[in-house]
Amino acid sequence: MISILYNKTGRLTRFILRRDRLRLPIWILGIAFFTFIIPGAFLELYPSQQERDIMAGTMKNPAMIAIAGPADFDHYTIGVMTAHQMLIFTAIVVGLMSILLVTRHTRADEEDGRIELIRSLPVGRLSTLNATIMVYVITYILLALIVGLGLFTLDIEGMDLEGSMLYGAVLGSTGVFFTGLTALFAQVSQSSRGTIGLSISVLIIAYILRAVGDVSNEKISWFSPLGLVTQTEVYSSNNWWPVLALCVASILLIVAAYYLNTIRDMGEGFLPSRPGRKHASIFLQSPIGLILRLQRTGLISWALGMFVMGVSYGSILGDLEAFFDGSQELQKMLVTEEGYSLIEQFLPMLMMVMAILAAIPAIMSINKLYGEEKKQRIEHVLGRAVSRTSLMRSYLVIASINGCVMLSLAAVGLWLAGSLVVTDGLEFSLVYGAAITYFPATLVMIGLATALIGWLPKKTSVIWIYISYSFFVLYLGKLFQFPEWVGKLSPFGFIPQVPMEEMDWLTTILLIVMAVIFSIIGMMGYSRRDIQG
Amino acid sequence: MAVIETMNLTKKFGGFTALSGVNLKLNEGEIYGFIGPNGAGKSTTIRILLGILKATEGSVKIFGKDAWTEAVEVHKRIAYVPGDVNLWPNLTGGEVIDLFGSLRGGIDNRKRDELMKRFELDPSKKCRTYSKGNRQKVALVAAFSANAELYILDEPTSGLDPLMEQVFQECIREVKDAGKSVLLSSHILSEVEKLCDRVGIIRQGKIIETGTLNELRHLTRTNLVVETKKPITNLLSLPGVHEIEGNGHAASFQVDSEQLDSVVKHISQFGVVKLESAPPTLEDLFMQHYEGAGIPEVEVGGISE
Repeated sequence: MISILYNKTGRLTRFILRRDRLRLPIWILGIAFFTFIIPGAFLELYPSQQERDIMAGTMKNPAMIAIAGPADFDHYTIGVMTAHQMLIFTAIVVGLMSILLVTRHTRADEEDGRIELIRSLPVGRLSTLNATIMVYVITYILLALIVGLGLFTLDIEGMDLEGSMLYGAVLGSTGVFFTGLTALFAQVSQSSRGTIGLSISVLIIAYILRAVGDVSNEKISWFSPLGLVTQTEVYSSNNWWPVLALCVASILLIVAAYYLNTIRDMGEGFLPSRPGRKHASIFLQSPIGLILRLQRTGLISWALGMFVMGVSYGSILGDLEAFFDGSQELQKMLVTEEGYSLIEQFLPMLMMVMAILAAIPAIMSINKLYGEEKKQRIEHVLGRAVSRTSLMRSYLVIASINGCVMLSLAAVGLWLAGSLVVTDGLEFSLVYGAAITYFPATLVMIGLATALIGWLPKKTSVIWIYISYSFFVLYLGKLFQFPEWVGKLSPFGFIPQVPMEEMDWLTTILLIVMAVIFSIIGMMGYSRRDIQG
Repeated sequence: MAVIETMNLTKKFGGFTALSGVNLKLNEGEIYGFIGPNGAGKSTTIRILLGILKATEGSVKIFGKDAWTEAVEVHKRIAYVPGDVNLWPNLTGGEVIDLFGSLRGGIDNRKRDELMKRFELDPSKKCRTYSKGNRQKVALVAAFSANAELYILDEPTSGLDPLMEQVFQECIREVKDAGKSVLLSSHILSEVEKLCDRVGIIRQGKIIETGTLNELRHLTRTNLVVETKKPITNLLSLPGVHEIEGNGHAASFQVDSEQLDSVVKHISQFGVVKLESAPPTLEDLFMQHYEGAGIPEVEVGGISE
């Protein structure tokens, strides 16, 4: 009986380890690395307890608690600060790691017919699932130990052995929880996309539930695995019971997954696969409609992300004075000038960061034109009555609107949250104006990407280097006091810092003209070259 | 009138010559079989006809229009099925067919529904779940429900089962009866033999043979199977006799077409009991060319598909 279910589990375990011999170390080392550098960075930014208390003050408002969770704000040591600002987000990353890797070894293998091959051998019916769970449980025990011991050996004040081990244990148990959850959804859903989709939905709901609970009623947070993460209060009261709760929940999930696996046929799931549309809607009748449809999911996720980013920046505006008094590093980054409020001085820098980030989805959108080409799907469109210029123009229109929407959402988010926390209120036109001034620079980036697609399609990724350069030079440039021309190598460096500087229409128009010229150059190349594939 | 006409079509990828001096002519109402092994240049030729690749040299006219500069005008009148049908995983088959229809400028909805039934295609499934054969069906339904004048089909049946291949052949015949033209690239020779009026054989970027099947057969050998009362003698000494198998009373062999007369006269002396003659199959033709018999190796190679 046992052998019909579990035969050769050990051999399959080794096989999974072999297949993941790069993935697992990269995930674990990546997570550990980021966990280890943060406390040191905090210590450098906030060397005295006084500065850390100011930071605690900035974090102690409903918006920030909704984002990062509650903490022991009265004893905001480096340890508490690290746990407060890092633990929940690291837990989310660990959750994602579980979801992606477990799906890969369960439903994805089944969908591609690889499990069928394995099952035709003298292997138990539950062996693949069992081996997968074993591998990841061991992985997360290792992760817990590495993170726990690693944090302790950093030897930073306020980070004792118990807290450090708890920190690791929280991450490990979150990983095991999402391993069990994904294993369960791999039985329920019939496709790997469905498995990932359901699991990530739970992850998002868990985060939202925790945010609501942490702000209003703590008991709600207990029902969220991520809520349990923030309830541990690592480095202050060190609660171990949430870790225990996560472990118990994990066992239940794993047992349920095993049970469902034994009662179902291979290749089947428990959710009916929903039939799709039999005909295209009126919307999906043109290249523009097709592009929008293909980019829909990405568009919505980025839009949400930009909005949340705006909200989180906006929510700290209220404590800006305290924030800046506390940090000399940050003061260096500001254009200090008399006659302007701190918010007005701070806005241009915020906007620049947001504008560069908002350009990313826009560039991704235009680069899809080449992505589709590589996947040999563009010939379906160009093989019909669609010219290359009109196709590229459609992509340009979508990318430009994308950039504008992303920037606007970030600005609106910032204004909404800002106007709630700033005592005198925040003028919408001030915020939106400062943001939208950056739009011409986004257009230049889109134009450059277009030119690359037209002439050097294999080098389209060069644009990302340019974006990273812009971010690095303009964000950190003031801190390192780079000469001005270094910043002027990026279109974002030409944008007037409204409201600190006067609006400069000439530069704005010149940037737009440049964007148009780059786009035309791109179209000329695109209608001249071979389509690959 | 020539629907497709290429003159001295040459395509180079960097230093590599994929096509050299291809002359291809497809007349109105004709079904042209374009055959050749993988990498011979079939797909490259077709992609140039579609204006997806640009010819390095030579002229390419479809309906008398330039395939590159007037691509959009040309595409309004043609329907294309690629060899590898890659579709968007998150759209359904039905959505893709309708999208293709509207990108081309309208399809016949009644025809579309009928074709989906004949090809047994479930349009409500996402393309990600389709097998290669089903993806090909999506492209075929989209192509045949378009009211095109020219159909360019690049190995359209490589993933279809025999029943569906039958449906495909019916569709081709209907299109031909309606007076439309078809360029059918394939390496399923029985299919080409059944459907095509004329055949072009491409090898290493050059068209090495072209003509009707009859014309091509003329250039080659007839298969004979004979049984005689007396043992046949001196068969080997006759000119134009190849691949003899068998002994004395029964033999099978191939005869060059121009020597058929003298060979038949010779064997009739031995008292023929049974005589079977079969025209060479396209496969024989093909193998004859591809074994390289009499054809000098040229300095070009195929491209990978």
